[in-house]
Amino acid sequence: MQQTITADASAIPAGGVRRRTGSFGDKLFEGLCRGAGVLVLLTLGGIILTLLIGGLPAFTHYGLAFLTSDAWNPVEDHREEYGALVSIFGTVVSAVLAIIFAVPVAFGISFFLTELAPEWLRRPVGTAIELLAAVPSIIYGMWGLFVVVPFVQIYIQLALGDYLTSIPLIGFIFESRSFAGTSLFTAALVLAIMILPFIAATMRDVFLQVPPVYKESAYGLGATRWEVVKGVVLPYTRISVVGGIMLGLGRALGETMAVTFVIGNANRMPQSIFDPSTTIASVIAMEFPESLSGSMKQSALFALGFLLFVISFLVLAASRWLLRSRLKA
Amino acid sequence: MSTTTLSPLSKARNESAARSLGRRRKFVDSAVKWLCLAATVAGLFFLASIMGTLLWRGLESLSLNTLLTEFKPTSYGEDTAQAGGLRHAIIGSLIQTAIGTVIGTPIGLLVGTYLAEYARGSAFGNAVRFVSDVLLSAPSILIGLFIYQLVVLPMGGFSGIAGALALAIIVIPVVVRTTEDMLQLIPNTLREAVIGLGAPKWKMITLVCYKAAASGILTGILLAVARIAGETAPLLLTSFGNNVTSLDLSSAMASLPIAIYQQANSGFPDLIRIAWSGALLVTLGVLAINIIARAVLRGRH
Repeated sequence: MQQTITADASAIPAGGVRRRTGSFGDKLFEGLCRGAGVLVLLTLGGIILTLLIGGLPAFTHYGLAFLTSDAWNPVEDHREEYGALVSIFGTVVSAVLAIIFAVPVAFGISFFLTELAPEWLRRPVGTAIELLAAVPSIIYGMWGLFVVVPFVQIYIQLALGDYLTSIPLIGFIFESRSFAGTSLFTAALVLAIMILPFIAATMRDVFLQVPPVYKESAYGLGATRWEVVKGVVLPYTRISVVGGIMLGLGRALGETMAVTFVIGNANRMPQSIFDPSTTIASVIAMEFPESLSGSMKQSALFALGFLLFVISFLVLAASRWLLRSRLKA
Repeated sequence: MSTTTLSPLSKARNESAARSLGRRRKFVDSAVKWLCLAATVAGLFFLASIMGTLLWRGLESLSLNTLLTEFKPTSYGEDTAQAGGLRHAIIGSLIQTAIGTVIGTPIGLLVGTYLAEYARGSAFGNAVRFVSDVLLSAPSILIGLFIYQLVVLPMGGFSGIAGALALAIIVIPVVVRTTEDMLQLIPNTLREAVIGLGAPKWKMITLVCYKAAASGILTGILLAVARIAGETAPLLLTSFGNNVTSLDLSSAMASLPIAIYQQANSGFPDLIRIAWSGALLVTLGVLAINIIARAVLRGRH
């Protein structure tokens, strides 16, 4: 009896203390979590702000002409002049071409993995495709430079050029003037292989979310597998599919190392897809490390970075918005 | 016959037209099937081509010497000169990846916890989730530019710590995504049971939820490590690269991807061979971490 009373007596203050540390611990932990969340917002804000501040001298010096000028003369005298047109053009064209190459293949892979492949094959093949996404971009660059570039140079550029240059009006797009093999086309090809697994994985995940009863109804009516995908799966998932494609586009726009290796890094307007060109990211990677801090060149590179951020932010935001309902069920 | 007339696509009136429609549908279906198979084979072929090229070119010059020697300038084809290696780059990569992971993981873990446990459906939580998802796919070279302005310029030069910080920013959103996803898989009844025992919320999260989600969170951290181990672009603007072994975080530091980039573009066959062996090391490391991460996740679920 005596013992229980003392135990009770000691338990009351202990309990009180524990409750107090509990509420203090709760406040502290929630504060830490919220603080980390704020830090993430600040990081994005900081990225926008530093790019804008860094690019401000170039923006104010050149004004809107910065966007429309194709000049890039880093010679440090009165001829020094920078414009964003060539690298914006290269960025957008290489990314869009990559999407055109990658989407049909990604669709084929995801259709194969969700409908056609036997059960035992789905997991290993799916894993292999996902591992393709894990290969670092520098490896794609090196593989692209030593494997894809010679392949394009010898087998694709001339063969394709011979047939397609005779097309009226748009034939000039395929004309070959540079025979090094490093070109917009090669960059788009390597980019397409890089973003392929991202698009395929998103497509597979959204295809799997189609309620089986819809597909079974269509099969029950005698539809073939292709008709089920065309008539049921794609209409049901089209918003998410577009979201997945935008995600791939966002990745392709900002990819640096793989493109730098294979695009040729020529800061002049390409006339055909087999001309060397450059992208915003590869101009920054090539020229930033050797630019002087505070120089107009460095400011122009920051300004390019800001433009890249705006473009890829818009694409990625659109992608998240389109994917919001499906991926976060 | 009956299946064709029942088909919603069938507008056939007579039997021969129905047969030819059926044949066409079957043909289109099998054509699509073979094209999809070809697409999958193409995807697998790319992976095989990358791995084959890496093994073939990388194993050629990979030796103990490559791991234990520092960078040496090209020998200009002289066989007697001692070949260089990648020791400086391996050490630099390990240091920067480790620091980046150690800084980025707790922040990512806290953000993921906040999203899953405190801010489900709140406007601020949605904003954080959106920004984190954008950072996940944002061009990594822009993170390099950010750290350049924030750390490199004030410090007066490229530094290993700047590289590690850039990598930490890449780690955060990867860990956020997996942490939030894994915590959301925990049933609410478990949370209610812990709270019902009188435990404060922070103890519920740290002692019960983290334990229940441990394998998933570990997977996220491993994936983040794999992601930054091969990251090149931000390091180019932050730690820059170095040709000697350096443990000094306040000066330029070497890393494997940068060493690969510089030596692959050098044009000297002997340096390119070393770049290939570095590329093989990075890829094998990254893929091994990825496979381990998958095994960890599958082991528990």
